[in-house]
Amino acid sequence: MKRTPLQNVGLYALVIVIVLQAVFPFYYAILTSLEDGQALFEVNYLPEQVNLANYRSMLTEGVFGRQILNSVFVATVVVLISLTLAVTASYALSRIRFRGRGLLLLTILSVSMFPQIAVLSGLFEVIRYFGLFNSLWALVFSYMIFTLPFTVWVLTAFMRNLPVEIEEAAIMDGASSLTIIRRVFLPLMWPAMVTTGLLAFIHAWNEFLFALTFLSTDSQRTVPVAIALISGRSEFEIPWGNIMAASVIVTLPLVMLVLVFQRKIVSGLTAGAVKG
Amino acid sequence: MATVELINVSKSFGSVEVLHDVNLSLERGEFVVFVGPSGCGKSTLLRMIAGLEDITSGELRIADVAMNNVMPAKRGIAMVFQSYALYPHMTAFENMAFGLEQAKLPSDEIRERVISAARMLQIDELLDRKPKQLSGGQRQRVAIGRAITRDPRVFLFDEPLSNLDAALRVDTRLEIAALHERLPETTMIYVTHDQVEAMTLADRIVVLNEGNIEQVGTPMALYEAPASLFVAGFIGSPRMNFLTGTVADAHGAQTYGIRPEHIALSRETGDWQGRVMLTERLGSDTFVHVAVEGVGRVNVRVEGRTDISARADVFLTPDPASVHLFDAGGRPVARRG
Repeated sequence: MKRTPLQNVGLYALVIVIVLQAVFPFYYAILTSLEDGQALFEVNYLPEQVNLANYRSMLTEGVFGRQILNSVFVATVVVLISLTLAVTASYALSRIRFRGRGLLLLTILSVSMFPQIAVLSGLFEVIRYFGLFNSLWALVFSYMIFTLPFTVWVLTAFMRNLPVEIEEAAIMDGASSLTIIRRVFLPLMWPAMVTTGLLAFIHAWNEFLFALTFLSTDSQRTVPVAIALISGRSEFEIPWGNIMAASVIVTLPLVMLVLVFQRKIVSGLTAGAVKG
Repeated sequence: MATVELINVSKSFGSVEVLHDVNLSLERGEFVVFVGPSGCGKSTLLRMIAGLEDITSGELRIADVAMNNVMPAKRGIAMVFQSYALYPHMTAFENMAFGLEQAKLPSDEIRERVISAARMLQIDELLDRKPKQLSGGQRQRVAIGRAITRDPRVFLFDEPLSNLDAALRVDTRLEIAALHERLPETTMIYVTHDQVEAMTLADRIVVLNEGNIEQVGTPMALYEAPASLFVAGFIGSPRMNFLTGTVADAHGAQTYGIRPEHIALSRETGDWQGRVMLTERLGSDTFVHVAVEGVGRVNVRVEGRTDISARADVFLTPDPASVHLFDAGGRPVARRG
């Protein structure tokens, strides 16, 4: 069906509205981060100066570099452990018949239903008990409460859709369960793993409440908390330039990750990898 | 010498028994076809031999060794799946080599075996392609090649032709027959619901119905002397005419069976008079469906072409030597006289 010119105009108008709504806040953050001094407080929509002073001060003064590394460490470890556990768990949940499988799946799902704030105080006690307070492992531990149910569910659904015959062929070929997962399922599950891994990474990267509660010293903090706690020389000054520069710095890795893996996700899904 | 023996083998899923006390013995090098309607248990039986399903009770022996609790890969069997079940991310070569790698064979021997199997199947040009770059027939060959490289004692086929289109199905059927010629030592078990595949490929056919073996025999034995009403109806295409009522009563039976090819059709004279309802012209044969008063609807084969058309009056004469009689329980009854 051919669109009339009017419909075309409407379509693109809508696209522009959506793109603006999504991109403008970030664009404005970039704009602000490149300005300093009084220029910050003049409203402008096009870059008027390019001043990297905010970036320089964020990266050289204080512990922001260290905090980025903290975030990278926590998010990466969360993704790795979640995926490892989720792949093996989803194999069991999708392929091995055992009593209480449905109940177990529901239990896993229900874990992620609790609001963070509801489990916060109890979790705080647990973390104190294990001696993890002010350690990055406290975050790894607590983030998995939310990333695992999600990764397990998605991967279980995906694995259920893989033909059983491929697995049976591997059994006939003499492959052990671990070999089947490693050599047969993993290569087929890349698209699903990249997607869930990415979402788990983003969740761990952005998480605020646990990071605020379980870490107490500046050098241990992750970036969302670090940015929120950036303060100026006096309590009446909010250093917008620095905050915006930091925000841009921590957003870029996510954008890059999504761009890099997006090709993989799309190519993986369209290759018809599952169809024998 | 028997390679595969099933002794009182039963299978239950929960409280439902799907196979009842199956006893079967297959000779070495035999091509045996399990045939039956969907849900008759033929695939389950094959999967039990493969080791993909547990055996609820009874014993499975391969080459005189009990195999009930032996891992599938250690049973000396190979299987070709209905959907080929190739590993989509591996090339044809890697697909065929995977099992040998698992068996920890040296890599030059793996190479040699894969290449010789590929030559046999004429896919040696395609070894570095992935399954999605292959046509259905080529995938089928890779799947068969993967089974050959394992050098099995017993070759299992689970409806290997049902995903192919009609023309390719006939070609592949001939190739499987040729493969059996080339591997005379290998026992082959082939599951299908298509009785034409069963008749053309098998040395012996095992007809299954509702978890029981109805009859075991050569294709011609099944055709000429079906041991039950079920086998009589299942083997032969188009199926045997089953007539009840006065015709059967006259012979002291419940059901009177006669194949379409064993009835003579004439315009002048015959035992039964009837009116043509429908003709199906296949070129080589014509099937004429005739409604016979007091007998029922009868399908008759006429060789070649015929100008008989619907509503014509014709006479039919069944060949008395080819009549099959069955009692109320579906068991055969001897012909009188």
